[in-house]
Order: sequence, then C-alpha cells, then structure tokens
Amino acid sequence: MELTLALAIGVLSASGVYLLLRPRTFQVIIGLSLVSYAVNLFILSMGRLRMDAAPILSGADADIANYADPVPQALVLTAIVIGFAMTALFLVVLLAARGLSGSDHVDGKGD
Amino acid sequence: MTGMNHIAILPILIPMAAMVFNLLVGDGRSNRRIIGINIGFSVLLLLVSILLLAVLAQSSTAAAAVYPLGNWPVPFGIVLVADRLAAVMVLTTSILSLAALIFASARWHSRGTNFFPLFHALVMGLNGAFLTGDLFNLFVFFELLLAASYGLALHGGGRNRVRAAMHYIVINLVASFLFLIGVALIYGTTGTLNMADIARAVPHIAPDDLGLFEAGVAVLGIAFLIKAGSWPLHFWLPNTYSSAAPPVAALFAIMTKVGFYAILRLWTLVFANQTGPELAFGQNVLFVLGIATVAYGSVGALSSKALDRLASYLILVSAGTLLLAVAYNVPGVTTGALYYVVVATLAAGALFLLKDVIDQVLPAEAQILAVSLEFYGDEEEVLDEDQEVSRSFPAAATLLGWCFAIAALVMAGLPPLSGFLSKFAMLSAAFGAANAPTAATWWITGALIVSGLFVLIAMVRNGINIFWTSLPGDGGLALRPLEVGPIMVLLALCVLMAVFAGPALSYFADTAQFIHSPQNYIDLVLPKGETP
Repeated sequence: MELTLALAIGVLSASGVYLLLRPRTFQVIIGLSLVSYAVNLFILSMGRLRMDAAPILSGADADIANYADPVPQALVLTAIVIGFAMTALFLVVLLAARGLSGSDHVDGKGD
Repeated sequence: MTGMNHIAILPILIPMAAMVFNLLVGDGRSNRRIIGINIGFSVLLLLVSILLLAVLAQSSTAAAAVYPLGNWPVPFGIVLVADRLAAVMVLTTSILSLAALIFASARWHSRGTNFFPLFHALVMGLNGAFLTGDLFNLFVFFELLLAASYGLALHGGGRNRVRAAMHYIVINLVASFLFLIGVALIYGTTGTLNMADIARAVPHIAPDDLGLFEAGVAVLGIAFLIKAGSWPLHFWLPNTYSSAAPPVAALFAIMTKVGFYAILRLWTLVFANQTGPELAFGQNVLFVLGIATVAYGSVGALSSKALDRLASYLILVSAGTLLLAVAYNVPGVTTGALYYVVVATLAAGALFLLKDVIDQVLPAEAQILAVSLEFYGDEEEVLDEDQEVSRSFPAAATLLGWCFAIAALVMAGLPPLSGFLSKFAMLSAAFGAANAPTAATWWITGALIVSGLFVLIAMVRNGINIFWTSLPGDGGLALRPLEVGPIMVLLALCVLMAVFAGPALSYFADTAQFIHSPQNYIDLVLPKGETP
C-alpha cells in the first residue's frame, strides 16, 4: 500500500510539474490540478496509512491505536475546497487572457 | 487581560463585516453613502488596531491577547495570538488600507466591479495571517488574501493586467501547494499544527524524523520566500505590482511583508535558539538570498524608468533587507528591521499612489514618452470625464515634489528621515553584537549602504525626469484632495516615525526581545503544566 501510494504521488506530481512548465495555459491548468491531487494524497499519507480504521473515537475507554488520525482528513478537505475554488478562478482568468490576447500562450504571444 | 483578549479577533471581524455589508448592498460604486460607510469600516479597523497596540504597549513586555476560537482548548483548537509583533503589522495594514481606500474612492473604485468587498477581503486575510497562531489557519488566511488579491490585481481590466495576474495566480497556486506539503510534513513529524506547540515539540522529535521535519520546514520556507519576493523566486513581482491599479499596488506593498512576517515568526520560534547545523544552514541560505535580492532590486531600480516599476523594485530591495535582518538573528537587528518594515511599507504605498497622481498631471506627450521608454503599457487609461471637476491648486507641483522627495529620502535611507534611522539601528546593532564585526556584518553594511545609493540615484533621476523636464511650469495643477490627502498622511507618518523614533524604537526593542525568546510565546499560548 505504501508503495502504491508513493508511486501515485510521484507520477501525479511529475506529470503535473511537466505540464506546469508547458507554454499553453490549458496545459498549465491541468498540471495544477494534477499537482493538487498529488499534494492532497501526500497530506493524507502524513496521518499514517491505516486500513479499516475509523477516524472518530467511540466509547470512553477506546484505544487510540485502533483509530485513524482525523486531522489530515480535515486538512485535506479544506485543501481540496480551496484548490478547487482557485482552479475555477484561474480558469476564468485563462479565458479572459485568451479573449484579450487571441492566443492561449501563457505570455499572450502568437505561435 | 482576560477581557481584552477579545480584541484579538476584531481586526478580522471588522473587514469581514465590511465585506458582508458590501455583498448585501450590491455594487454601490456610484453611491456616495456606501463609499462613506466603507471608509467608516476602515476607520473603525484603524481605531481597533491602535487600541490593540496601545493595550499591549502598556502591559508588560511578555503580554499578548490570546483568543482560542470557539473556546477549544489549545493546542487542539485554532488560537489567535496578538502579540506586539502582530499588533504592529496589523496597525500598519490598517493605516495603509485606509489610505488606499480613500485614494481609491476618488475614482479607482469605479473602474471595475466589486472593488470594496475584494479590498476588505484582502485586509481580512492580511490581518488573519498576522494574528493566527496556527499553521494551517495561516494557510487558510493566505489563501483568503491571495484570492482577494487575484481579483484586485485584475481590477480595471486590460490586457497587461490580465497577463500579469495570470502569471501571479499560477505562481501563487504552486506556492500554496508547497505550503501544504510543508505543513503536512511538519504535522506528520510533530503531530501538531499550533505554532507554539510545534516550537515545544521540536526538541522531542525522534532522530529518525528530524530530517523529514527539516525538509518540511525548508519546503515551507520556499513557499514563504515566494510570497516575500526573495531572489530568485520574485520574477512575478515587478510585473504584477506595476500593472495593478495604483491603490491596489499600494496595498500589495504589505503583502510581501506577510512572507517576511511568517519567516520571522517561525524562524525565531523554531530555530533561532538552537545551535545545531540547522541554524547555520538556514542563516546562510537566508543571508545569501537576502544579499542577492537586495542586489537584484537595486539594479532593477536603476534600470526602470517608469515610477511604478521603480517602486516595485524598491519593494524587492526592502524584502531583501528584511531577509538579511532575519538571517542576522540578533534582537537588535530585528528591532531595526521592525522599524524598517513599517516605514518602508508606508513609503512604498505612498509611492504607488503618488505615481498615479503624477500620471494624471503629466502632459500627454510626456506620458507617451514614459510609456514608450518602458515598453510596457498598451492600455493607458483614458482621462476621466470628471478630470475637469477637480480644482487647480497653485504650487501643486511643489507639493508633489515634496512628497516625492520625502519618499525618496525614506526609501534610500538618507538622514534625517526614518529610513536612515532604521538602517542605522540595524547596522549599529549588527556591529554591537557579540564577536562583531564578522564577515556577515560587513556584507549587511555593504548591502544596506550600496542599495541606498542605487535607490537614491534611481529616485533622483526619476524625479528630475518628472518634475524638472516634464511637468508644466506654471505651477497650477489639477489635483484631487481625496487622492493627495492619503499620500501626504502616509509620508507624514514616515516623518513622525522619525520624530518619535525613541518611543517607537523602544517598543520595537521590547518586541524583538519577546520574539527572540520563544519560551515566552510558548508559555503564553499553551496551558501551564503541559507535558510533551
């Protein structure tokens, strides 16, 4: 499981960084999305990987060792929401830039 | 101070209320009463900030307003900590935002939609970032201020602004991801997000995890350095700042200081009192970056002919100076740096506003010349229809000239104004520190003095261009009181900071002492008797 997750994060961030460095705005936005997936998975993994464990404590004498860490899950939720909103906003700016410059190059230049 | 603790949340709540108010009443840009209410909110924020500072200045050095949100026990809930450092930054934000808002209410607010709610959202994000004591909450406030700044950078529209804002957004989104990675690594190794709790937990990190923790702090540091405009992560800054609307650019002058504030806070809390290789590594990196930023900013200032671009490079110079001061890691130098951050922010803000006023009164042919010189603008604003309404002042050129001269003196750090005093405070503390002067002392001296010379040359050349060769000579120019007033107030504050340098510096000295002994902060925030 650790290997799978590490590979997923690595592949996502590598492709994301590659796309971020491309000259077309659409590639950049896809790159940003991929990097944000990688970051979200990474945050989740920082709460240690647990299978079949609930994040909510039940019962007064429950053993914490049997539960998953709830904080990274809360953090990831916030990060997803913020990342989503920012991507949407960037999409609008991207369209405005496309309309104003007539090109989808990040510097607004022709091909 | 239990009753006073509630003050800590007011600098966040007031801009939020203003934002909500503006969203409820809709786009009221032509309604004078709504503009007045917006300015009223900003005045209220300024009063609260002054109150916060006054309360802290009168209590003991180690006092701070601690406000646990929702009354959740620290370190499980989010806590706001208004110590002296935060209070200074909040007050600077309030002064600058009030000036920029009054300036904008003359005409800039009507250049696009939703100026007021975005403006207040930016102020709310800034204040929140200064006040929060929680790392993830800092991220949320960063995102809030960035989201508002994206909107404001686009205010006024036009091809240049959209292009600059697009670069700005991409770079800041990447910086946010780095921020998240850093925060996640720190959480993974310390198990907490509360800054005081992190500082407490650092000595107890398992040796195996230490490398991971330091990697996390380094990644977080890169995110902060991007915001602070440090070389080589600053390439977004000159374009964004010089193409933003002037009142927006003036408020942006404090945004790089958020990066500086975050670095200073975490650095002093987590590393400054350690003596291991981490300290030396961090110090060296910050020092080299600081020197490079100052050098780049100075050369950039010399190379820029338009005043707004020059002001952007001045922001870089001040960012580099502040990084140097953090890297020096001596309370006395931090004292000077805190004094410097206030005056440099106010003067840079005034300079961005001044540029707009000068642009309005410059004859058209001089503007075309400036634009073609800089090869930057293809969307220069058409003159307003209400241009004719504003009165013509005699000796207006003299007034503008004085404003420009004061800003130049402060930014270049020449006596007798506050820019000189702040640099002098930093340098005398650097030489007065233990086993001084080291090589670092000479580097910081050289950087501060040579950058001052470069800035002076750039400003003088710009001033000659504007006031001696371009302005019409008859003296009577059309100025708007609403636009010139805030500039004069900002610069008058810079002068007042020099007149009352004694009390100001002693306050900053107490602040520096407080932040350089992190145990104070930890004791203040965490309940007593907390065992690791």
